[in-house]
Amino acid sequence: MSSTETTATTSHERVEFRPGSYHDSVTLLRVAQAAASTAGVSAAQVAMATELNVELTRGLGFTVPEEVTPQQLIVAIRAVDDAALTAALEAVDGALAAASAPAPGARADLEPPRTVRSAARSEPDSTITLLSVPGQQVLAEGLDAIAAGKHLMIFSDNVPVADEVLLKRRAAEAGVLVMGPDCGTAIIAGVGLGFANVLGGSTSGPAVGIIAASGTGAQQLSCLLDAAGVRVSHVLGLGGRDLSEAVGGASALTALQLLEDDPGTDHIVLVSKPPHPATAQKVLAAAASLRTPVSTVLLGTGNPDITSAVEVLLATLGVPTPNWTEWGTDRKIAADTGDLRGLFAGGTLADEAMIVAAAALGSIRSNIPLRPADALPTEALQPGRPVLTGQGHVVVDLGDDAFTLGRPHPMIDPSVRLGLIADQTADPQVRVILLDVVLGHCAEPDPAAGLAPAIRAAVDRDSALDVVVSLCGTESDPQDLRRQAEALVAAGARVYTSNSAAARNAATIARGGVR
Amino acid sequence: MSPADLLGTPPSVLAAGAHLLTEALQSQAVPVLDVDFRPSETSDDVSAALHTVLSDPRRPTADARALAAMMGVRALLVDVLPASEALGLQPGQFLHAGPPLQWERASGPMRGALIGAMLFEGLATCAAEAEAKLAAGEGVSFSPCHEHRTVGPMAGVVSPSMWMFRLVDANDPERVAHCSLNEGLGKVLRYGAYGPEVITRLRWMADILGPALASAVRGTIAGGREIDITAIVGQMVQMGDEGHNRNRAGTLMFLREILPALIDSGLPTADVAQVAAFVSRNDHFALNLVMPCGKLMGDAAAGIPGSAVVTAMCRNGTDFGIRVSGTGDAWFAAPANTPQGLFLAGFGPDDANPDIGDSAITETMGIGGMVMATAPAIVRLVGGAVPDALAVTRRMYEITLGENPAFAVPILEFRGAPTGIDVTRVLRTGIAPQINTGMAGRVAGTGQVGAGLVTPPMDCFEQAIIALAAAVPST
Repeated sequence: MSSTETTATTSHERVEFRPGSYHDSVTLLRVAQAAASTAGVSAAQVAMATELNVELTRGLGFTVPEEVTPQQLIVAIRAVDDAALTAALEAVDGALAAASAPAPGARADLEPPRTVRSAARSEPDSTITLLSVPGQQVLAEGLDAIAAGKHLMIFSDNVPVADEVLLKRRAAEAGVLVMGPDCGTAIIAGVGLGFANVLGGSTSGPAVGIIAASGTGAQQLSCLLDAAGVRVSHVLGLGGRDLSEAVGGASALTALQLLEDDPGTDHIVLVSKPPHPATAQKVLAAAASLRTPVSTVLLGTGNPDITSAVEVLLATLGVPTPNWTEWGTDRKIAADTGDLRGLFAGGTLADEAMIVAAAALGSIRSNIPLRPADALPTEALQPGRPVLTGQGHVVVDLGDDAFTLGRPHPMIDPSVRLGLIADQTADPQVRVILLDVVLGHCAEPDPAAGLAPAIRAAVDRDSALDVVVSLCGTESDPQDLRRQAEALVAAGARVYTSNSAAARNAATIARGGVR
Repeated sequence: MSPADLLGTPPSVLAAGAHLLTEALQSQAVPVLDVDFRPSETSDDVSAALHTVLSDPRRPTADARALAAMMGVRALLVDVLPASEALGLQPGQFLHAGPPLQWERASGPMRGALIGAMLFEGLATCAAEAEAKLAAGEGVSFSPCHEHRTVGPMAGVVSPSMWMFRLVDANDPERVAHCSLNEGLGKVLRYGAYGPEVITRLRWMADILGPALASAVRGTIAGGREIDITAIVGQMVQMGDEGHNRNRAGTLMFLREILPALIDSGLPTADVAQVAAFVSRNDHFALNLVMPCGKLMGDAAAGIPGSAVVTAMCRNGTDFGIRVSGTGDAWFAAPANTPQGLFLAGFGPDDANPDIGDSAITETMGIGGMVMATAPAIVRLVGGAVPDALAVTRRMYEITLGENPAFAVPILEFRGAPTGIDVTRVLRTGIAPQINTGMAGRVAGTGQVGAGLVTPPMDCFEQAIIALAAAVPST
């Protein structure tokens, strides 16, 4: 289709397909929200016409023709009357125009760079390239960055492993660090890239540098260290695959050397899921050769959880362990038993919760199962929103690639999780809902505001239903840890800053108070 | 570039993708430059091929070699001689612009130029007879200029009796390129006109102009002076010529080079005066020197395995064709677009033929539309304002590998011309090379109808990337 086409026009419904107007999914989410919040609008979708978004649009009851292509922008609105429809379309156009308006001070004859290479030419002193482009297109931009001598953080997921291997080989030759792909978190010299907490920390005592093959694992670790008053010098993300056999810890080795050479780092912590044995051997050998002491926090069944690992580390550093803060946890637990539903935005937090809860509850089904036998059946994992009824104890990682293809991460877009909370609330077999709320840069500006009504609806159900929240954040985060905790507790949740404590408590509730 | 000290330096970020990440950095007062990234709009086959080519370990070195070879050419004008001598063309043998073409698919201006060449060579006595012989293939054959170390503007038809400029690369005298002599504007053979005035002019060019230029060029060289076309191109680009649609400064510089020897040639003063007047009144005369300079540059970069640099762009009035370094002599052709622009009095868009001519070699070498910024005088002719011209040239740096310091653009702080069109970057960005061009009338015999802008069909680049990917050795 070469021009804007309109189909399925009923009295107050409109579906448009606009060619050649690409916007990233986060921008479009905001545009869609602008339309959805227009008075009288019952459904609104503004998204690139990827396979998933087409399905979601059809799921909203809109008609989408087969020949639509991912380069087209879907604008689909349903409203109570024509005036509302018109207002919503104006809101869409206004928000799109605002999104593509030139930056203040931009010169008309100076177009923004179209590739990382030309951006690097116009900003030769830049140090880091941050990529969040579609996974298949990371290679080109990443090679540009490495060729220009820029360190690279790849936020994107769905990057082919062969591309990761190639980028990291080229990076090693060029002497730059590649963080990622699927690296959501880094803190470099006090600056948070991607999802990162604002670490207040002390200015005295030993400083810890974190190397993380786990985004929310690094956030939990850095927040707990911060709460204990330990300085975190840098957080270098690796992406979840760096310590696999194929990638061989390429970036872990570079990161170790960078922190070894950094005068501001006194101690290094490597946090990861259990790596491939050969890779582990290589990385641990490199770590052992450093002057800087290195601790490892390996997440997995049989290993200490992050909170316990932090306590061991604090002892090593000679720092006293604080009481990890919790709010609203003195509520009495009803004797009813039932299913646990963990609805996680953070993959590592989901993993840790599963390990902790499985110790009390046995088998827990998941899209990222501990054992293959625990995998959720494919019919439960519908695109967009899983159907968990009748699956027993379940923990899902909503940030998994399968859920994020073509849409924003649940730490940015709460809509999928809010829908899932409502589904669980309506399910009489569910006894406890376990949620993570991760604060910091890039996370939702006020997650408690969105969650509170859903939590209130859940705990107000006739039969007993509890909501437990693992709240990962710091006092300095823009969302304000304390205010978030208080709002969640006011809605009826139990709130823990330690994820493992939250999971342990949720498992206890599922067992009717029996530990 | 050596990498920055990551941990000891306050971050300064280049960001491509979700703007939310940029905003989070800006809120921390971190300098961020956002890349205006847009996903490439290509099919899965093309994306897969692009991916293969990007992953090819030979590519960075191969591209660097191709670019260096292209920019390393120093084109010298060494002779002027008939095509029969220069190229060994026999009666009935013709060259034409663009990728290979059969008579059945030839456009109006191409047919008109071939008819004119038949008349000029005395192979037919009227247009109808010429056309019949050409259609029957009776004693005639034709093939692309590009396959004979030659480039031809517009229809680009070369016949044995036409005189040719011969250029060589000073760094590699084995490399030779040719181009015919420019006839001027309006009703001329290269735009498909073949009336009596066209044939009369061609005869004068063969009888007087060609020998006179030969004498002047040989005399100049004998006097110890090189006629360095690369140097002329560098200067004309600084003087407001983009070397494709505007060659006024270049033409006068060329005349300056040869005038002493021309005057000193011993030819009748009437002939000398006619030649000087013809050249100096034809603002496009130097185009036919710029083009073979570009041909030498494209050929120098050709045949480097693993390189995705475009070494030729040309059109035959029906198809647009490109050649790419890593795939050697292969043509990737697709139906040519029709230029958009301004028309001569009495003509309109319906009169224009699809894009035609080898002159897109000027864009291939990094000038023409690629350095539109340097030629404000023609910006209006091709339908734009000065800021548009600056924007076009800046955009061309997105799809080229390097910048040629020999062709510096004053208004862009003497930045070198964007050189070495990279197939991978064209496909990644969806930005097509900008071509400034003349427009031929679609009906044979019409001549020029206007001038304007055109871009190659993206299909050429898509075919090229698939062929480049197929040529990547499996590891």
